[in-house]
Amino acid sequence: MDPITLAVLKGRLEQIADEMDATLFRAAFNPTIAEAHDACHGLYDAATGATLVQGKSGLPIFVGVMAFATKAVIDKFPDAVDGDIFIFNDPYLGGTHLSDLRLIRPVFRNGSIFCWLGSVGHWHDVGGAVPGNYNPAATEYFQEGVLIPPVRLYAAGVLRQDIVDILRAASRLPDIAYGDLQAHLSALDLGVSRVAALLDEYGVATVAAALTELRARAALLMRAQIAALPDGTWSEEDFLDNDGRTDMPLRIAVDVRKSGERLTLDLSRSAPACAGPVNISRATTVASVYVALKHLFPEVPANSGVLDPVEVIVPPGSLLDAQPPAPVGGYTETILRIIDVLFCVFARMRPDAAYGNAYGTINALSIAGRRGDGRRWVLFQFFGGGHGGNPEGDGLSHGNPPIATAIIPPVETMEAAYPVRYRQWALREGSGGAGAHRGGLGAIYEIEVLEESAEAFVFAERARFAPRGVLGGGDGAKNVVRYRQGGVWTVPPLGSKVVGVALRRGDCVRLETPGGGGWGDPASRDTAAAAQDRRMGYVA
Amino acid sequence: MSAPRLVVGVDVGGTYTDLFLFDEASGVARVHKLASTRGQEAVGFADGVAALAKLADVSAIVHGTTVGTNALLERKGARAGLITTAGFRDVLEMRRRDRRQTWGLTGSFVPPIPRDLRAEVPERTLADGSILEPVDAAAVQAAARRLHAAGAEALCIVFLHSYANPANERAALAAARAVWPNAHIAISSDILPEIREFERTSTTSLNAVLQPVVGAYLAALDDRLRADGFAGEFLIVQSNGGVMSVATAQALPVRTALSGPAAGVIAAAHIATAADFPDVITGDVGGTSFDVSLIEAGVPALAAESTLDFGLVVRTPMVEITTIGAGGGSIALVDAAGLLRVGPESAGSVPGPVCYGRGGERPTVTDANVVLGRINAARPIGGTLGTLDAEAAARAIGRLVGDPLGLSVTEAAGAILRVANARMAGALRLVSIERGHDPKRFTLMPFGGGGALHAGALLREVGLARALVPRFPGVTSALGCVIADMRHDRVHTLNRLLDSIDPAALRAEMDAAAADLAALLDRAGVAFTGRRVEHALDMSYVGQTHTVAVPLALARDGAGPLDHAALMAAFRGAYRAAYGRLLEGVPMRVLNLRSAVIGERPKIDLLSLAPAADASLAAAHLGERQVWFGDWRATPVFDRLALPVGAVIAGPAVLEQPDATILLDPGHHGRVDRFGNLIIEAAP
Repeated sequence: MDPITLAVLKGRLEQIADEMDATLFRAAFNPTIAEAHDACHGLYDAATGATLVQGKSGLPIFVGVMAFATKAVIDKFPDAVDGDIFIFNDPYLGGTHLSDLRLIRPVFRNGSIFCWLGSVGHWHDVGGAVPGNYNPAATEYFQEGVLIPPVRLYAAGVLRQDIVDILRAASRLPDIAYGDLQAHLSALDLGVSRVAALLDEYGVATVAAALTELRARAALLMRAQIAALPDGTWSEEDFLDNDGRTDMPLRIAVDVRKSGERLTLDLSRSAPACAGPVNISRATTVASVYVALKHLFPEVPANSGVLDPVEVIVPPGSLLDAQPPAPVGGYTETILRIIDVLFCVFARMRPDAAYGNAYGTINALSIAGRRGDGRRWVLFQFFGGGHGGNPEGDGLSHGNPPIATAIIPPVETMEAAYPVRYRQWALREGSGGAGAHRGGLGAIYEIEVLEESAEAFVFAERARFAPRGVLGGGDGAKNVVRYRQGGVWTVPPLGSKVVGVALRRGDCVRLETPGGGGWGDPASRDTAAAAQDRRMGYVA
Repeated sequence: MSAPRLVVGVDVGGTYTDLFLFDEASGVARVHKLASTRGQEAVGFADGVAALAKLADVSAIVHGTTVGTNALLERKGARAGLITTAGFRDVLEMRRRDRRQTWGLTGSFVPPIPRDLRAEVPERTLADGSILEPVDAAAVQAAARRLHAAGAEALCIVFLHSYANPANERAALAAARAVWPNAHIAISSDILPEIREFERTSTTSLNAVLQPVVGAYLAALDDRLRADGFAGEFLIVQSNGGVMSVATAQALPVRTALSGPAAGVIAAAHIATAADFPDVITGDVGGTSFDVSLIEAGVPALAAESTLDFGLVVRTPMVEITTIGAGGGSIALVDAAGLLRVGPESAGSVPGPVCYGRGGERPTVTDANVVLGRINAARPIGGTLGTLDAEAAARAIGRLVGDPLGLSVTEAAGAILRVANARMAGALRLVSIERGHDPKRFTLMPFGGGGALHAGALLREVGLARALVPRFPGVTSALGCVIADMRHDRVHTLNRLLDSIDPAALRAEMDAAAADLAALLDRAGVAFTGRRVEHALDMSYVGQTHTVAVPLALARDGAGPLDHAALMAAFRGAYRAAYGRLLEGVPMRVLNLRSAVIGERPKIDLLSLAPAADASLAAAHLGERQVWFGDWRATPVFDRLALPVGAVIAGPAVLEQPDATILLDPGHHGRVDRFGNLIIEAAP
């Protein structure tokens, strides 16, 4: 295919996914999608479900898992017809966790499926034991929320209201679930019409050839990047604090073998499946490797060709190959640790492009209760931290996690929506790892409850093991979670995971989030930069 | 014969200062272009105006400026101090917890006000507007003194929830004024009384950073003009496409962020409406970027917010301009996967394209246009470059694009244009198709020196009806300065359920906003030909965080009845247009009231710019040269400004004028309308 038409079609296809992202963000009800952009859209292969195109604004981790999600629908519904729309949140089939509802819709052309469109977003609440679904004490997925297997939401263009009724009934916030569902459907409608217009304009054969070619080129480019790395073997490991049940560290280990254009990432020495919710499904594991590689090689196009020359070995029975009903609600923590380990190992393989670790936890907080008039409220929020120092400069302070492009809702919006008051919203001084290029700073958030009573839940990591520096850089500060009840401060026994903290009016929760790891020898830091750090209070 | 009433529009860009003079009495117009005098803008500015008319005879000078934008982008703003709510000193630096790009974790952020110039004071207002803790005036004064001692030249005060109740901010302002030594002091509830603390803090901080810079710049200009005998009105174009007085601009310099480009869009709206094509997409091809905006029924689309650079957010109504990195200086390269890419990296004006001979070695869009004969290498536009080095351009394209792709130099240059055109087409689709507008209804108005080189390709790619090339595409922004209305906007956060809104109270709130804004018009001392008032609500279903803009159908003066049914109907209409569906049984919420008062200024009769009656096609014909359109074709070349009204030219053809080059593709023809605009359409 001629390279010019290919470049033109690449832009057109990406624009379709971007436009679907934008539609969902604007129309969604829950702030985790609307403000934090915890969602994604893409085009997926008609037969295999492989990712063909992903939008630029969607959540990076979804790019990989949506391929598995689409495949699950393909396998279950060989009889899919035009106008069908499928919905599900089964994490063992589609990756991530129960909060992520996936809508999958075939695009038909000349009587057969040309490609699939996917729309996935993090819903506010899908039932389970903990409002907002981050339940660090879960031992089975039943405690994390309601599992919806792949089902038809629309059958040949006709809505199945019974499915909508089930989705509403599963949620503590049915109106918000309903609003988010409508927003997903708007995005899919738009995607179908855009793909149809593109096929009208260029023809099925040309667009199909472009999609094949784009994947081949991503693989080609990835092979070239791998070939440029030295041959050899490397190993790295890091630990999750615990599984939310027992305070025992869980190893995440990678053994890398690189030879010519092949790269093998062997995760076999990682911990076995655990009782708590930091297990992840195989789909999620593969997707997290994809995210790490895309950060390390940002110029490679965003499609599944990236993984063609990479072998990922996922040990059966490990926490990286979760089987039902093992809980998976805290999947973000495990994939962030995989990415950290990969960043550390690549820092050794390719020091000129090394990143210090980012803060390494999603920091999920929910606070829930009832207002004076009995209405239920659920505040659910993710918090930021520092990025790692890198060859270009200091790490970004208060960034979003590498798996997301999420932004944080403003304090004023949160206080207008929920009966809370933020007492502090600040950079955490001294939290960046020292280095020639310092790690970015984490943050301090302190939230006070204004209603008579509420319950708080925190699901976080990095309270025991700090984000690591690279090439001689220092570690970032560890996570510190505390809550104050009646004037007494408490640190959760498991570090940064706790459920059901009873709060009264005036009590509060305080998060001091990790900074990023440093890059290079701190002794070689530029003296002017060091003086600036002291003047600004960036270092203690 | 009436006395002349001269109005001069001045657009100072990075490379050129463009001027447009119009005599409102006689209808005579003249244009002028000179090199910008960076850092000494007042000199070039006054010289430019003096070249067109005696300053004493000029009744108004209207200025579009990029001084503010450049100061922000180049981090050359003043040192400013910020006083904020205890516990929230770092809002500005923490942003919305975003990052620079999706992939690759590099890139840090330097806040516009450094951390050591951000102070906290005890005070707290809650989301419902109640005051939990009154502000400590002594603490404010102590903080102000300390910030001034630390070198702050401007001061801003931003407290949480001040949009809901500005009392603490106002008390702090009074306290700080008593100790602050200059006029550069502002509170966020005066600048942006809208919910979302980061956006409000960023906008207010950027305003503070600009106050000393823009204030001094405008004062110097004003002094120089007055010293040279100018006694008329001096007005500044705002980002919303309206003008404001110098005093307002000095107080609210953040509103000049898109001053120059906004003026261009205003001109486009006027030109297109006069030509009976009121639905327009503008496409301004500059050196590094392609700027696109949409005009529907003669009215430019406005955006509520713009991000100038990572973390530099300005939230104030502005003409919605979508920018992509695809301009004449955009660099073409073949990436490691063998894909041809054009931009966003740019050769800028230094070193510039290879053909400029200033040390550029990487091929650009301009180089491709030169190699394909589309740009006249012997007589480049603008008049400051001698001739262009077409051979160097061809060598660079061959080496860096042709060889890796296995294409000849000519084919490679054609491929560069195809990819560049595809990217520009993407930007046009973004503002049209993606917003639900059918491109077949729209006319493309290319401006800037290079816009009309790409018009034919863009018509075909996007399916636009036609292109209209204005008579003076290179001075469009200066023309816009002359005709822009005075406009003042205000937003106020209400954040109430629709059901709980009292229409009479809302009516009173709208009237109060309109009266305040009208007072700004009165104070400017400008004569208007008319006034109008507009109100819109930002609304959503309860639970959504994003809103849709709901314009209210009211009389020209903003009067008219309001009731719940009408508000609900207006919301449902706007929501369905945006998302294609309505939600049943979900209550509605009103987040913001947006009001605007517009003082209308005299419009140019564009017929005064029309070609002379004795113009002829024969006299305009300059000869021919070889131009590549998939193959080389002998292509006639015309002097564009010498074409008579009614002339029809069949493509392929090249039309040249001092400030722009127009390419007519094979299969298109161009027609000169009665204003001297060139209308490009598919040949019948």
